[in-house]
Amino acid sequence: MAAEVLVKVEGLSKKFCKDLKTSLWYGVKDLVSGITGSQANRPLRDKEFWAVKDISFELRRGECLGLIGHNGAGKSTLLKILNGLINPDEGSVTMRGRVGALIELGAGFNPILTGRENIYNNGAVLGFTRKEIDAKVEEIIDFSEIREFIDMPVQNYSSGMKVRLGFSVAVQMEPDVLIIDEVLAVGDLGFFFRCLNKIGELIPKTAIIYVSHNMPQVARICTKILLMDRGKSIFNSYQISDGISKYTHSFYNTSFQELGSGDITLENISFLNFEKNNHFINGEDLTLNFELKINARGINPFFLVLKIYDQQLREAVNCFSNLTTGLTIPKTNTINVKVTLSKLFLNKGRHFISISAESETDKKIYCHATNALTFDVEDEYCGYATSTFPGSWDISR
Amino acid sequence: MLEDKKLPVTIYEKQRKINLVKLLGQTLTDFFGSHFLALQLTRRDVSAQYRQSYFGILWLFITPLASAAIWVFLNSSGTITITDTGIPYPVYAFSGTLIWSILLESINAPMASTNAARGIISKINFPKEALVLSGIYKLLFNSSFKVLLLVVFIFAFGVGFHWSLLLLPLVLVMAVVFGTSLGLLITPIGLLYSDVSRLISMGLSLLMYVTPVVYGIPKTGIMKTIMTYNPFTPFILTIRDVAVGSSPEFLNYFIGLTGLGIVLFFIGLVIYRVSIPVIVERLSA
Repeated sequence: MAAEVLVKVEGLSKKFCKDLKTSLWYGVKDLVSGITGSQANRPLRDKEFWAVKDISFELRRGECLGLIGHNGAGKSTLLKILNGLINPDEGSVTMRGRVGALIELGAGFNPILTGRENIYNNGAVLGFTRKEIDAKVEEIIDFSEIREFIDMPVQNYSSGMKVRLGFSVAVQMEPDVLIIDEVLAVGDLGFFFRCLNKIGELIPKTAIIYVSHNMPQVARICTKILLMDRGKSIFNSYQISDGISKYTHSFYNTSFQELGSGDITLENISFLNFEKNNHFINGEDLTLNFELKINARGINPFFLVLKIYDQQLREAVNCFSNLTTGLTIPKTNTINVKVTLSKLFLNKGRHFISISAESETDKKIYCHATNALTFDVEDEYCGYATSTFPGSWDISR
Repeated sequence: MLEDKKLPVTIYEKQRKINLVKLLGQTLTDFFGSHFLALQLTRRDVSAQYRQSYFGILWLFITPLASAAIWVFLNSSGTITITDTGIPYPVYAFSGTLIWSILLESINAPMASTNAARGIISKINFPKEALVLSGIYKLLFNSSFKVLLLVVFIFAFGVGFHWSLLLLPLVLVMAVVFGTSLGLLITPIGLLYSDVSRLISMGLSLLMYVTPVVYGIPKTGIMKTIMTYNPFTPFILTIRDVAVGSSPEFLNYFIGLTGLGIVLFFIGLVIYRVSIPVIVERLSA
């Protein structure tokens, strides 16, 4: 049996104004029409644009919607409407149950007051009664792991400590609908995992709307993806991996760039075992072929470096020619290179290859070609690491 | 899996059909339901306000005392001549500046507390009525200290005790409600345009001179007419009369304005509730 629908969004639109003075004047007009309860349609006025346009989705208990998109795609505006902070211009939102939001942790903290006093303030703002806070204050302090500093003014806290305290208070709500807006990035790694585990505990009881730019996290937590672009929904489905690759593809332009001294240039690079921009299947060999043109005389012996970057531009693979074949001494004007990475495993998603040629003696970079080649890895699973290796497991019973 | 228990349903739409009764009901529920939050906000502001200060709570008295002292000096040195007020002039001047400062604060309170809460208004959904309520709590807290000092003055200058003094808290609350409701009505537009708060503070500082704050209403002339109809006059005079035990001559006007104030207060609250999303949108866009 499908769980109950907790969030229902139908044809939601919101417009914003690009000019402050005009915006304020429209604000006055909206105040008047708000007070008189005007039902009239609201077409775009001069200098206005749709920040959110025609968004619809449903979310059930136990589901987690990953809301992704470029900066300025309208994600935060959508969250504000869902949280009831601003009213939509078209469409409707129906929320069932208690709504909690981790949008800005520790909003309303007063810097002069101590951490303990701020727990009470923040809790009150989030809708707790005094009794509920009294009952939970110890648990909150324990979860935040800053008991030692809890009676110190919050102005002396580090930003990470403030987030710890804010998250610890906010997560004590037992919401039916939880809205999370990219707040987990600030704490240190240990706390980050505690947060993820806490959210994991909440998932079965809650409908979660999760905004993040961190795709492995989205892939791990979410059951559904809504990809926004300029206020519109361009992808809305349970096929998480398709949504994520659609997002990342729209994001990176694979423009070839050649940096370095220019003493050596890279030419005619291609994959040997598949076409350019094609798909790579994990576990196969990756073989590529290129030419190096030596433009200057008297350059030092050099080595080659092949690097593979993942879609968050982290280095996934480093491969040095000098470790296996020693230094290359330039004798001819053109050098042919073929390199194979056997049985390669990478994460799902787009990858970028860079090639560079460096002198060993004076560390001079003769050639540095970024985005020399691009390829997409097809896989079901997308993890945190840059590569997910299958391994051969032998588990005795 | 949890079964479909009775969950509260919230709907956000372009424009609700305004159902005044329902809206007023929601407003009042939130206004009185947010008592703890308002108290917490008040406690936060009050304790933070004086934690970084050496004189602390003394600052509450210093401003009205200083402006009363100026008028006392102007009067006693003969720079200006003030017609007999019937009570010792220091008591008259201090009670005037003090009540005036309470009225001013109550007009500014809703806008000030909403402005100070901008950061949370645009991030967290909570009953905004708590901001208004906490503004009132803060006012009452501050005013109670001022009133204590006024009582000290009344005895120190030999005015003595009158039973009507016991009515003082009640009439003060009435003045606070009247001031707050005026403040509430201008808050939505005042949050959008900073011109409003500048105009108000300029207007009010001029208005003080046509209100019997430091001198009484003259017997004749244009000033008499203005001061008699000035809606702040009955508040200043009635509160002072109650405090020193003379018979309040503007009592009917006072009662009328108080009634109006209560009605305006509820209208202001409803308007405030409807306006906040529009303001959040314009301020944090």
